[in-house]
Amino acid sequence: MLDVATDPGADQGRITGETLLDLRNITLRFGGVEAIKNISFDIREGEIRAIIGPNGAGKSSMLNVISGFYVPQEGEVWFNGSRRPPMKPYEVARQGIARTFQNIALFQGMTVLDNVMTGRLNAMNAGTMSQALWFGKARREEVENREKVERVIDILEIQHIRKVPVGRLPYGLKKRVELARALAAEPHLLLLDEPMAGMNVEEKEDMSRFILDVNDELGTTIALIEHDMGVVMDLSDRVVVMDYGRKIGDGSPDEVRNNQEVIDAYLGVSHD
Amino acid sequence: MPDQVLFAIEVMLNGLMAGVLYALVALGFVLIFKASGIFNYAQGVMALFAALTLVGIMEGQVPFEHLINVVFGTEIHGFGWTVPALLAIILTMVVMVIFAWLVNKLVLRHLVNQEPIILFMATIGLAYFLEGLGDMMWGSDIKALDVGLPQGLNTWIDETTFNLFGYGFYIDNLDISAAIIAALLVAGLVVFSQYTKQGRALRAVADDHQAALSVGISLNYIWVLTWSIAGFVALVAGIMWGAKSGVQFSLSLIALKALPVLMLGGFTSIPGAIVGGLIIGVGEKLFEFLVGPLVGGATENWFAYVLALIFLVFRPQGLFGERLIERV
Repeated sequence: MLDVATDPGADQGRITGETLLDLRNITLRFGGVEAIKNISFDIREGEIRAIIGPNGAGKSSMLNVISGFYVPQEGEVWFNGSRRPPMKPYEVARQGIARTFQNIALFQGMTVLDNVMTGRLNAMNAGTMSQALWFGKARREEVENREKVERVIDILEIQHIRKVPVGRLPYGLKKRVELARALAAEPHLLLLDEPMAGMNVEEKEDMSRFILDVNDELGTTIALIEHDMGVVMDLSDRVVVMDYGRKIGDGSPDEVRNNQEVIDAYLGVSHD
Repeated sequence: MPDQVLFAIEVMLNGLMAGVLYALVALGFVLIFKASGIFNYAQGVMALFAALTLVGIMEGQVPFEHLINVVFGTEIHGFGWTVPALLAIILTMVVMVIFAWLVNKLVLRHLVNQEPIILFMATIGLAYFLEGLGDMMWGSDIKALDVGLPQGLNTWIDETTFNLFGYGFYIDNLDISAAIIAALLVAGLVVFSQYTKQGRALRAVADDHQAALSVGISLNYIWVLTWSIAGFVALVAGIMWGAKSGVQFSLSLIALKALPVLMLGGFTSIPGAIVGGLIIGVGEKLFEFLVGPLVGGATENWFAYVLALIFLVFRPQGLFGERLIERV
């Protein structure tokens, strides 16, 4: 059967808050190809929501719709109780939705600290002159922002590489820095596109622990795409399953695990 | 000290000053290239256009004067006032910001995600358009530009060196002020890019567009900002060249001299643009002085390009450019 963890994890079944993000009948096309077919699901405040499915199921496209990188042809995105008009990715980010990428997108030339600080850009509004000359509001702001950034750095245990240029870091740490940058913005909703892809077992365990810590200590709502079923079952409160752009399952890890259609999608069915 | 050595030193110093101007133009290229990956062929013409606009505003010229007179049969010849240099510089800057905004709105925004060569072609078009526009707006005659910078022989240097070596160096005051202003400009740019929010956003966009979007940076805003800064750098370069040799259309050709500078310094490095500019400035003057007489002179026309060619062969990323390492 499915390669899943036997222990569903202590977090499951806990009560989460109200609907934070609601996707209604989303359809996304690229030319004649329908990447997402009429999908609806919601993400509740404070939960960890996983999106799973075989390769090419449309998971990343879904995440890109939420973060504004793709604009769906049909359907509505409701965030924080109001319908979201079509938006540019940077506007979505300013609304409080942060994300990481499947193929790490970091500022290679900057240090870890600078990278994480970019997450706070939108929280800064002192005048340019004041920032350049480093007085007054800019100074207070920078100190405040640094404190917040240091907290994130602390949670993710990357203090020792704060001053290292990101380009020199190994893969696993880069993933962690990207997570730190997304968190620095204090997002309402954090989107993680395969946070554990390409990691070894130990790194995966670390990353899982960080994701749980973030959810727990900062109360951040998290939506994540992940292939490792064990990880998904351990981490998430609810799971959406996609296949060929359709939604084929939605519910708690246990429900999803026992869903026949989901099992078929993963193991394949004979068509004779 | 033998005369020959003293001459050489004087030539070198003058080369440094010329190099500062090359560096200024190259700096404009680097800024835009870093932020958007566009090689802006129009940078030299922007310097020309800025200088033309500055002179036009200072002398109270009516824009499109000739055109208006031809079309409407009027006889307008200027507003009849003159504008003080500082105010004119500010107004010119406003024009350059509007230009930056228009370039983004009308050209670049429609070419997002196109191949670099297409963007490059677009800037070539832009260069010719801007040259024509400058001609139509302000006329094509050579104009003197005097914003009040000190000019002529620096007597202090002349006397000091004469007392020391028995030979007075001829250094132009204008070159000295150009060097000081360029240094201030670069210092300002460094502070801006390292310590301000906009600077941080600019560096972020230069590094990774996708990541920049994901932290809430508007690419359009940053591009307008970059082109405005490049416009400002062009204005400063235009003022210097204009004050030195008059505002004329050959000014746009200095853009070509910035190419070898960039090949030396690397397309992505601000210190590279400066050091590259200085090396080319000093190199071509010294080469002309030492080798010129042996080969019949006029080496300044080609020296920079040959040097760039040598660099392309042995160090294609330039002195300070990022080395490209492809992982296979």
